[in-house]
Amino acid sequence: MADHPPVFHTQGLSIGYETESGLLGAVRDATLSIAEKECFGLVGESGSGKTTLAMGAIGYLSGNGRVTAGFSRLRDQQLTGLSRRRMRRIWGSRIGMVYQNPSTALNPSMRIGGQLAEIARRHLGLSRVEAGRKARDMLARVAMPDPESVLRRYPHQLSGGMLQRSVIAMALITDPELLILDEPTTALDVTTQAVVLDLVLRLKRQFDSSILYITHDLAVVSKLCDRVGVMYAGEFCEQADMRTLYKRPLHPYTLSLLGCVPRFEREAGKRLLTSIPGMIPRLDELPQGCVFAPRCAFVREECTIRRPPLVEVQPGHFSACIRWSELPTAAEYARAAQVIPPHPEERREVLRIQDLKKSYPAVERLFGVAGGEQRTVKAVDGVTLWVRQGNTLGVVGESGCGKTTMLRAVIGLAPKSSGEITLGGAGLDPGVAERPRSILKKMQMVFQNPEASLNPRHTVGRAIGRPLSLLSAVPRGELKSRVLALLRAVNLSESYYHRLPEELSGGEKQRVAIARAFAADPEVILLDEPLSSLDVSVQASLVNLLTELQEKNGVSYLFISHDLAAVQHLSHWIAVMYLGALMEWGDAAEVFAPPYHPYTEALLSAIPVADPDVVQRPLRLEGNVPSALNVPGGCRFHTRCPRKLGRICETQTPPWREGKNNHQIYCHIPLDELARLQAEKPE
Amino acid sequence: MISYIARRLGLVLLTLLISSVLIFVVTQILPGDVAKAILGRFATPEALQGLRAKLGLDRSLPMQYGSWLVHYVQGDWGVSLSTGEPVLNLVAARLRNSGMLALVAFVMYVPLGILLGLLAALRRNKAADQIISIASLAFIGLPEFVTGVVLIAVFALKLNWLPASSAITPEAGLLEALPRLILPGITVSLVSLAYITRMTRSATVEVLSTDYVRSAYLKGLHPARVLFTHVLRNSLLPTVTVIAIGIGWLIGGLIVTESLFSYPGLGRLLLFAIQRRDIPLLQAITLLLVIVFSVSNLLADLLYAVLNPRIRYN
Amino acid sequence: MKVSERSRRLRVLVRSWARLRRNPAALAGTIIFLFFLLMAIFGSLVAPYGFQAQNIAARLTPPGAAHLFGTDQYGRDIFSRVLAGSRTIFLLSGTGTLLAALIGVSIGLLSGYYGRLWDEALMRVLDVLLSFPPLLFALLLLATVGPSVLNLLLVVTVLYVPMLARLARSMVLDLKTKEFVEAARIRGEGDFVILFREILPNAMAPLLVEMSVRFSYSIFLVASLGFLGLGVQPPSPDWGLQINEARSYFATAPWILLFPAGAISLLVVATNLMTDGLRQVLQPGTGR
Repeated sequence: MADHPPVFHTQGLSIGYETESGLLGAVRDATLSIAEKECFGLVGESGSGKTTLAMGAIGYLSGNGRVTAGFSRLRDQQLTGLSRRRMRRIWGSRIGMVYQNPSTALNPSMRIGGQLAEIARRHLGLSRVEAGRKARDMLARVAMPDPESVLRRYPHQLSGGMLQRSVIAMALITDPELLILDEPTTALDVTTQAVVLDLVLRLKRQFDSSILYITHDLAVVSKLCDRVGVMYAGEFCEQADMRTLYKRPLHPYTLSLLGCVPRFEREAGKRLLTSIPGMIPRLDELPQGCVFAPRCAFVREECTIRRPPLVEVQPGHFSACIRWSELPTAAEYARAAQVIPPHPEERREVLRIQDLKKSYPAVERLFGVAGGEQRTVKAVDGVTLWVRQGNTLGVVGESGCGKTTMLRAVIGLAPKSSGEITLGGAGLDPGVAERPRSILKKMQMVFQNPEASLNPRHTVGRAIGRPLSLLSAVPRGELKSRVLALLRAVNLSESYYHRLPEELSGGEKQRVAIARAFAADPEVILLDEPLSSLDVSVQASLVNLLTELQEKNGVSYLFISHDLAAVQHLSHWIAVMYLGALMEWGDAAEVFAPPYHPYTEALLSAIPVADPDVVQRPLRLEGNVPSALNVPGGCRFHTRCPRKLGRICETQTPPWREGKNNHQIYCHIPLDELARLQAEKPE
Repeated sequence: MISYIARRLGLVLLTLLISSVLIFVVTQILPGDVAKAILGRFATPEALQGLRAKLGLDRSLPMQYGSWLVHYVQGDWGVSLSTGEPVLNLVAARLRNSGMLALVAFVMYVPLGILLGLLAALRRNKAADQIISIASLAFIGLPEFVTGVVLIAVFALKLNWLPASSAITPEAGLLEALPRLILPGITVSLVSLAYITRMTRSATVEVLSTDYVRSAYLKGLHPARVLFTHVLRNSLLPTVTVIAIGIGWLIGGLIVTESLFSYPGLGRLLLFAIQRRDIPLLQAITLLLVIVFSVSNLLADLLYAVLNPRIRYN
Repeated sequence: MKVSERSRRLRVLVRSWARLRRNPAALAGTIIFLFFLLMAIFGSLVAPYGFQAQNIAARLTPPGAAHLFGTDQYGRDIFSRVLAGSRTIFLLSGTGTLLAALIGVSIGLLSGYYGRLWDEALMRVLDVLLSFPPLLFALLLLATVGPSVLNLLLVVTVLYVPMLARLARSMVLDLKTKEFVEAARIRGEGDFVILFREILPNAMAPLLVEMSVRFSYSIFLVASLGFLGLGVQPPSPDWGLQINEARSYFATAPWILLFPAGAISLLVVATNLMTDGLRQVLQPGTGR
């Protein structure tokens, strides 16, 4: 690798932003190289500067950003300092870019074909007809179904996965030397993500481009990248080849980051995720020495004096930690984390959902009067579940499976159409407005989006205090002390009492939301994807917090998410939902081990595991999720099931098959047959 | 798409219907006995009664409304109480004049407004933008009767380049009347010009900050291409809506401007009708103007639907 | 870091001031607006002459020491008349806008929150009202009820209720699906508490901006009506009326027209600049 010059190289690159408070150094002294046909993973959480680095290196910074030191090169072409006019010849032709959000990266008023063709005409000098043909070819190469018709469509007519494929096609149409992908799968569904990642892997083999893959997802990187660089607060902490980094990281930040990612555990006991105390420093408040020192578990005094440079401590392995030789391996570090003993099994039921159904009419309204045929969207189609005291029931499924609707029906925000919901033995009214305060007190909720779940005009103290005074009838005098106690329970200092949400980070907001949910001392807390918009290390600390609070208060959780690993980490029981109904459910350890329902199997194989040694069977689902307007007959999964038996799956509803420990699978295939099929080694 | 058009059309018709009711009801409250106003104070009760019956004023209100509406739709707009001529003829002539003036103004402010707005957005926060923004802010504050008087004083009275009064003859064609249309045209345009400029600027600024424009630049496309194909296609969409709303302002401006320049248009006729309590004339003109406004909004909506792929293909 | 209630309010104020300062035009506009407001309130104390006081001997005198803005055809002091006119403007436009806001926002809030048939019906009514060009609507109403100060106030109010109702309604529709409102519902907050303590505080910013916009439109409107003779009646010192009366003298005594015209324009522009500033302070991230 050393004899060929790198395709992409940055040396000591520093990028800053002009603000009112002066020049802020967003990226400092970044050096990296990408060799021929190599895929480099640029990993970091939000605020790490990874996107800024990429944009700055290719000369595209927003108004007040500029390169303050160092340079970047594409082969022997210097990039920094080049005029826009000359960069325009490089952008799009020698460098291709794929963004995070495909729906906003495409012009809504232009057809897909046109957006592809214009690049070909500009950089490859093709005529209109030739460019159109090339566009179609590219779409075929990215495995786009029916390329001819997609060419003529507009972005709003395509799904997320198809849009991302179009953007990838746009980036590769000129056979660029460097392909930059900036979090390309974050906005997509789990199974769609898997398909897109498969595509990128395949394209990596077919095209000669070097790839710069920017992401926060360590698991994805382990499947795709040859070399990895980890960034924190604008600097590189570590760079190494992928396997080495995962097995033997040489920087405390990488070590903790790997420990933050939940893993599947076969044992009954659960491991606490390692979490990183503190927060990413603000750009105008950078610490004196090593930028990670304030949060580092291995910090020594010399770390806080001088900024350690990134040096090659072993062949091909760079680290910015002076104590690199004293760090434990990733496995040792994980093992050292505290283990929580498993719970005793049988506990009383606190919440039961019996045959819950929720449908919406899908009718065109003219002047507020319905017209046309009556069509219903069956969002939740007969779900039966129960939650036991002090336990967590995790419900997984992709977007559109109905899990959120089910949760909202339980809490009463979207009143159920039929079925029974019982809390502590007593039936619940469908709508939240009809339920008495004594019932509301027993069940609370933590919402998905921390940005929107707190009233921007109310202080933290008020937000947490309201449920106390409304539901627990706490007298005014005692209010503040109770709120402060709750803040302490979620690891927030007293100073947060008077703060407004705009002064809090995403993780802090979510903590306040958790404190608010716990305020009236409920029996059950519903959690609607509370972690999805947060950074990995923040997620880990919140998962730990939730576990701790459950231990202390004996509260039950009904937790929904599409993140299987987090669900497995928190849950005692797991249910898998698809298109409004349950496919499988049981003890957490049983559900994620074979035999499992084919849908569960596909979900598990779609999610990359942050371990380069684990080879996952690529079980991919065909087609799109059917619309809830037209639920397929028989087993509703049959249109996409990779293990479909035949006619029986289309016509008959499958039976419940019972396995170990109350494990239930809803499938026509008998359990031992499933176990046998799923135990086969992947080819 | 068809259903969208049908829905919009239905909505507009309903709105017009209710508006007509509103107009009718409001004008019926006009104080003063119409019959007495025509025949004078010394008319006998029988004569008054006879005239009322002839004018249909002794029927119930809903019936009067119904009859009025039916006639209106058929083109029979009654007879003016003050001049005795058929309202339709009066209005038609004036409508043509106002139309010419509106056309001249429209041609002046729409292209210029869009251009200036684009320029300001592309050069935002630089000198050109500052000038355009401040100027448009200033013009928005100048009522037509102020600009008009100043323009007359400077260009007509002092410099004598253009005529001061715009009383054109009924037979005058567009070309012939043009010199007399310029000053009032400018007067009524200025406010709308400022408005269009500001709206175009803000729509364009918003589009310029989107992801797809950024990715268009990163595709290495020529800036001109990015501007025309990516920016304009999206930023001109809201401008269409804005132009339609501006027509409401334009109508108001016409009323004031025509009065100022003594221009024989619909606005002046409206003021005349108000002064003389000429109910049929007032009703007819008001409803006509409301129809014009609604139709222009409808056309703008339809144009928007055609140009916006999200609506066209759904 | 100790964060107390008072210091938080202080920080918010400091931030707002910093934002406003970055836009000197908006700052200037706000100052000018406030100046006019002060004139409206205290004008009669400062004015050297009564606005009706005629002095035929001194008619048509150009601006000078005795008469700052000169005199009109009846010898009335124009400076005093302009001062007095600001009172009329603020009375009509200011009160009208406030009333329109009170009524419109209430209607919009309730309609958006409770929805269903009432909401549909309201939307149709608003559509109808908005299908009239503003000046036309004002003229129609005034032709019917006659131009008195009270009627003008009514007209201004009726004219601006629809836009404010629509804005309030769309804000409610947007906010009522937000998670913090749902959190309020699941802890048993009553409807009114939700509307006025959860939703409304978050809708204030765009509403205030819109009110400011309406105010500047209403100045325009009242002046135009005055010019057409259907606004405030003589001998009121309404600016639009003054301009109408000054038309015929423009060639010989332009100051009679120019000063009230300048006043109108200055106030409208100042209000617009102030609106811009308000937008920057209250809704950072929109506009420029």
